[in-house]
Amino acid sequence: MTKSMQFSAKFGKFMFYFGNIIIGIIFVSPLIWMISASLKPEAEIFANMDSLTTFLPVQASLNNYAEVFSRLNLPQVFKNTLLYIALILIFDLLVNSMCGYALAKFEFRGKGAILNLVVALMVLPMEAIMLPLYIEMSQLGWVNTLAALVVPFIAKCFSIYMFRQFFYDIPDDLIEAAAIDGCSPAGTFFKIVVPISKTVYATVFILDFVAHWNDFMWPFLVMTGEDKRTIQLAVQSFFGTNPVHYSAIMAALVVSAIPMIIMFIFMQKYYVEGIASSGIKG
Amino acid sequence: MAKMKAKKLTGRKRDERIAAYFFVAPAVILLIAFLVVPMIYTVYFSGFKYQIMRPDAMKFIGIENYIELFQDKNFWQALKNTVYFTVIVVPVQCALALGLALLVSKKFRGVAVFRTMYFSPQLTSMVVISVLWSVLYNANPNTGLFNSILTSLGLDPISFLNDEHTAMNSIIFMSAWQGAGYQMMIFLAGLQGIPRDQYEAASVDGATKFKQFLYITLPGLKGTIKYVIMITMIQAMKLFTQPYIMTQGGPKNSTKTLVYYIYSEGFQRGNFGYACSIAAVFFVIVVCMSMAMKKITTSTD
Repeated sequence: MTKSMQFSAKFGKFMFYFGNIIIGIIFVSPLIWMISASLKPEAEIFANMDSLTTFLPVQASLNNYAEVFSRLNLPQVFKNTLLYIALILIFDLLVNSMCGYALAKFEFRGKGAILNLVVALMVLPMEAIMLPLYIEMSQLGWVNTLAALVVPFIAKCFSIYMFRQFFYDIPDDLIEAAAIDGCSPAGTFFKIVVPISKTVYATVFILDFVAHWNDFMWPFLVMTGEDKRTIQLAVQSFFGTNPVHYSAIMAALVVSAIPMIIMFIFMQKYYVEGIASSGIKG
Repeated sequence: MAKMKAKKLTGRKRDERIAAYFFVAPAVILLIAFLVVPMIYTVYFSGFKYQIMRPDAMKFIGIENYIELFQDKNFWQALKNTVYFTVIVVPVQCALALGLALLVSKKFRGVAVFRTMYFSPQLTSMVVISVLWSVLYNANPNTGLFNSILTSLGLDPISFLNDEHTAMNSIIFMSAWQGAGYQMMIFLAGLQGIPRDQYEAASVDGATKFKQFLYITLPGLKGTIKYVIMITMIQAMKLFTQPYIMTQGGPKNSTKTLVYYIYSEGFQRGNFGYACSIAAVFFVIVVCMSMAMKKITTSTD
């Protein structure tokens, strides 16, 4: 290799990193600004906007976080959100995995029809049915109760489909062996299949956790009581409530993002795999 | 012995059938109760004059809601805005995502950091992003970050969300920034599926990087690209949260979308029957779009 080639290889590498760093900064800078502003006094977040200190909290303090905690009933908000997500996920994983398993491994009349129904309903946008669904909720007396948030969204075509695809690849021999050992079909599923299927459960768990954590429209329609708000509703209403302190708003945004970031750190592998596999299988 | 085994097998078949119905029943009942039934009711209510405050005065009016809908300027505006958003955001966001994926597809020192950086907007919700960017987009250079950068570069400030010509584009830019990391992850998985030796063979033959991209990467990603376009498109058609939080559909209805219009007619103004007719049309559009996509993509295979 000649000197100039070595130089150009090095230069190429430098440019590659340089490009990545610039684009990376563009991607994270709004979030850095959000965190930085959340740590600054209100008067300072819009001062020095033309210098880089706008991204740096020079005199950091947690006062804005204190304001958020005093103005929003955060323990209540987090309780509402986590209870909603926990309930929906327990039923989601159970109901959809059972359905997915039956569609993958059992022979029964109507199987093809149900599979077609699941695939067809996958494209049905919730927004197209939200009006009658709301009427249904109010007739059941569920408006402003957890049931309105949880029950209609337990069964998910996409989750059923993901479970079905996963269980389909489990060797039939394994299931036959369990049956010969005297395991009932349900017993085989719960005792043999579920324990070896942790990956698909983790993947569906994290995908649906994120979806429900971020969910805005439906909770916004059915949870109108102030004490019933989920985190996204609390953040959205805080944005429009006087006094409008931008620094405190930024603190509220950061607080609402923390659980997601923790979840991402622990479940990163499954989350990324879940996103990726949806593309390969879909 | 053989007979016993056969008996055991048929017994098992029966057990399995019974188990199957128990296994599918909860999901199927829930899907029917909370997806299929409301879907039917959307169509049913769309045939009625139905004010939510006066359910007793519900009156069957046939297709009048649809006739009114097709003469409704606001509906056409909402449809136009939704289609505009979709037509711009889908290629922009998908191309951005593919570009990012190509930047971080190979292993190099720090690759995980860059991947996380590009993915980071996904770690916050659309509500959070919309609130944050409402502040960043502020038209006043003294309180809006973007405008302060523009003025310090000697450029004129932009009204972003306050001008009907820039509001939707501002939402598009933000949405692409927020969403690209997600599609990047799908593309990264797709890129891993392309055999490395194809690139090696091509570079031995002296093919440039650009040619390799054109003749190996793009064809290898065909399935992934189709899937990404499809999900981005359906997602884009449902646009609501961003305009609801950032512009309330304004200025001059320039960011009012179909879903926003369903919401404002049905829930804010209480015209339930009319809102159902918008929802039904919205549903037909989404289904036609995804069927058309499927048709286009399967015919080119």
